[in-house]
Amino acid sequence: MSTATHHETTELDRVVIRFAGDSGDGMQLTGSQFTAVSSLFGNDTATLPDFPAEIRAPAGTLAGVSAFQVHISDHDILTPGDAPNVLVAMNPAALRANVAAVPAGGTLIVNVDAFDDRAFEKAGYAANPLTDGSLASFKVYEVPMTSLTMEVAKEAGVKPRDAERSKNFFALGLVSWLYSRPVEPTLQWIEKRFATAAMVLDANTRAFKAGYNFGETAELFESHYQVRPAVQEPGVYTNVTGNTALAWGLIAAAHQAHLPLFLGSYPITPASDILHELSKHKHFGVRTLQAEDEIAGVGAAIGAAFGGSLGVTTTSGPGIDLKSEAVGMAVSLELPLLVIDIQRGGPSTGLPTKTEQSDLLHAMFGRHGEAPVPIVAPMTPSHCFEVAMEAVRIAVKYRTPVFVLSDGYLANGAEPWRLPDPDALPDLHVEFAAEPNHTDADGTPVFWPYLRDEQTLARPWAVPGTPGLEHRIGGLEKADGSGNISYDPVNHENMVHLRARKVAGIAADIPLLEVDDTGGLGSAPVLVLGWGSTYGAIAAGVRRVRARGLAVAHAHLVHLNPFPRNLGDVVRAYDRVLVPEANLGQLVKLVRAEFLVDATGLSKVQGVPFRAAEIEEAVLGMLGPETRTTEAAEDVAS
Amino acid sequence: MTDTTIPVTTRKDWTSDQEVRWCPGCGDYSILAALQMLLPDLGVRRENTVFVSGIGCAARLPYYMSTYGMHSIHGRAPAVATGLAVTRPDLDVWVITGDGDALSIGGNHLIHALRRNVNMTILLFNNQIYGLTKGQYSPTSEQGKVTKSTPFGSLDTPFNPVSLALGAEATFVARTHDMDRKHMQEMFRRAHDHKGTGFVEIYQNCNVFNDGAFERITGRDVRADNLIPLVHGEPIRFGSEQQYGVVMGPDGRLRIAEVAEVGEEALLLHDERRDEPGLAFQLSRLARGPFEPTPIGVFRDVDRPEYGEAMNRQLLEANERRGPGDLATLLGSGGTWTVEG
Repeated sequence: MSTATHHETTELDRVVIRFAGDSGDGMQLTGSQFTAVSSLFGNDTATLPDFPAEIRAPAGTLAGVSAFQVHISDHDILTPGDAPNVLVAMNPAALRANVAAVPAGGTLIVNVDAFDDRAFEKAGYAANPLTDGSLASFKVYEVPMTSLTMEVAKEAGVKPRDAERSKNFFALGLVSWLYSRPVEPTLQWIEKRFATAAMVLDANTRAFKAGYNFGETAELFESHYQVRPAVQEPGVYTNVTGNTALAWGLIAAAHQAHLPLFLGSYPITPASDILHELSKHKHFGVRTLQAEDEIAGVGAAIGAAFGGSLGVTTTSGPGIDLKSEAVGMAVSLELPLLVIDIQRGGPSTGLPTKTEQSDLLHAMFGRHGEAPVPIVAPMTPSHCFEVAMEAVRIAVKYRTPVFVLSDGYLANGAEPWRLPDPDALPDLHVEFAAEPNHTDADGTPVFWPYLRDEQTLARPWAVPGTPGLEHRIGGLEKADGSGNISYDPVNHENMVHLRARKVAGIAADIPLLEVDDTGGLGSAPVLVLGWGSTYGAIAAGVRRVRARGLAVAHAHLVHLNPFPRNLGDVVRAYDRVLVPEANLGQLVKLVRAEFLVDATGLSKVQGVPFRAAEIEEAVLGMLGPETRTTEAAEDVAS
Repeated sequence: MTDTTIPVTTRKDWTSDQEVRWCPGCGDYSILAALQMLLPDLGVRRENTVFVSGIGCAARLPYYMSTYGMHSIHGRAPAVATGLAVTRPDLDVWVITGDGDALSIGGNHLIHALRRNVNMTILLFNNQIYGLTKGQYSPTSEQGKVTKSTPFGSLDTPFNPVSLALGAEATFVARTHDMDRKHMQEMFRRAHDHKGTGFVEIYQNCNVFNDGAFERITGRDVRADNLIPLVHGEPIRFGSEQQYGVVMGPDGRLRIAEVAEVGEEALLLHDERRDEPGLAFQLSRLARGPFEPTPIGVFRDVDRPEYGEAMNRQLLEANERRGPGDLATLLGSGGTWTVEG
């Protein structure tokens, strides 16, 4: 590969690139590899994959456009970026679907070979956008990616029809050159990934190199760019998506709890990757059952939990609906169970591949009867690891189902993660009951399955195979203590209260809510209170407000049921509380109901995460109209 | 060395202290008694025995056993039992279910448990009616059944549970009835000893909402001429004088014939080990309903790998190939880089 260069190198502190093409064009692969090589190079990265629910929507149509946005930076960043600085469009549909997101002055790199009349028609363009002046405010680079790729792929011996398929590697090569990415890691990755298909490997390698060299030699680009490594905490890093981190968190938690992990799951977007990941790690003693349906998935997990395994079920919205009855049973059985909901747009089938946070109230209340369930939610992709472990801690200690509310954005988004020291992970060891815990009227030692631990109110976990502890449990109401069926009115009321108190009592066993307020608790005029995946956008929006010289506080909930015990004090310490959520205001309802505060919701339900600018705008609106005229900082990283 | 001797037990040891609350005269009592009397002879331990049920009258049975048990939710017992059985191959897992529980709300779980061949014994109490909800028709009720929910007669074609199980790739399928303790115990024992899922349909009388549903074939006076015992390796023959038998006609259909007319050598030999389930399926449909001669006994008993064992073998093989799981290796498996201090 040529090393001579006559191009300028311009230093950037960050850049947001969006790769867009047909769903079959390999954009997710291209974006992921660009991220991986950037992380490896030492940049901070954050990603936003965006793909259609259809596996292969008609080629060339807007419905079939698949995109992958990556934000790379020389400092720490919190979001995949509000708007792309660079859009790589493999065809007119990809351009049309994404160009509105690119601010004026942005760069468009288009595969000009795909721009013909038929493609314009499919994409809904009346005229060629490259020539009709509609792109005048952008820097447009027209690159014949298909033909150049076919030229080199032919040399690899692949058929012309297949040769065209390597064009995403040409694009990857070109953008790698443009942003001065090292080439070796990508070449090695191609070699590994396509090891079993020599011809494809050769074609992709040639296409990648051709793209890189095209940037180098074509007189098209006046300069290329450098985004230096970020200053990161020393340690070993990996790039991880939320679903992978969650799967690993479950394995680590089972390991730390000395329990075999059992997953009962039915495939559903965007949760299936957890099933895929866990099914790879059988040497950890992980059992995965692809069940016949969502109900069987959770049912089998409950059966496994009864037998002393760590029972887990994973799903998304529609599956949560179906599992509700079984989750209620787990509340009544008081067995540990993890219910992992990778939220997506609803109602019904909704937006399977798009993100939303609209299952909070379902997790809270979506069961008949008084059936409280603890809820935890991760904030970032890598945070899913920690939250999985926390959910397991609560489930096994309190013998209760626990909801984990992740979402499509966290599930598929990736970020660099400084690996924790496995030896420093918390000990989650739990004791099974081993002997009778009560004495009969006639003095015989007996086992009472519902005789609770005084402190945690958890009942004993006695697993089959333990002599002398044979007992029956079920969904019918049980007598406090003995666990025998009881229809006694006062006993029922007592049991309802006991189950509620047990879950409420977990508040004493979780960290206090930390508030990021520069001047100390209550000093800023506005508190932004978030939960789950809005963390990045809120933290970045808060940074932008502060860069204007204004004060704003941010607190982020991981525990949603029960709330941290200081949450009331925190929200009451502020005149105004803003609660941004990717729903119509679910947390804000809970906060208002619980604490009688005048919290205001900010909602967005477009299937995409909040942008930092939207949070900034909402905070400024709350701080007063005059704050809008404060000077926005030139380029505050989001 | 641990004591591996199975303690000697009696029916009393397998009976819980809970009062049995079925209607007086219910067929469930005789099934419960047959089971409690059989368990001491099965060579199993109480602490390793688990009864899992769904919802319905039959589903109360686990409360009456002094073993481990779970009264779960409607239709889901096979799913719960699957999770338990595959994670705890050391346990004896029984599923107690009814015609509504297993064939209506839980039909999906039943067929998938059968095709997977999970190590469990499923006892389906078939009384052709909904008892616990007070008398609506069930998926095994005869067409035209007049009940509270079908005052003008039911429209649905009923399921034949044995046919359904055979169609769902079951490896062990049997039918028995609540009037014959010895036959029930024999079927339960064989289903229990079978490796994989043992499925037993029990004709059970609901004396309150569907009394006498099976009387025309199980009544003491009529039984000999109306129940066709299937015995492996024997000609299929029945009747008070063994005067009837089952033959296959030139069109491939099974029919009942008088032995005197067709000759003993024309009778069909019962082969429960036959891999091809077609003949068992035909036998399961010999009677149009429990009002004409009906085969009972083991329809099918074949070997196929058990699901939990196969699952656990994959774990062992992974462990042998890759060594025990190591968290540090796992976390680094996606490729890492180091930021120096």
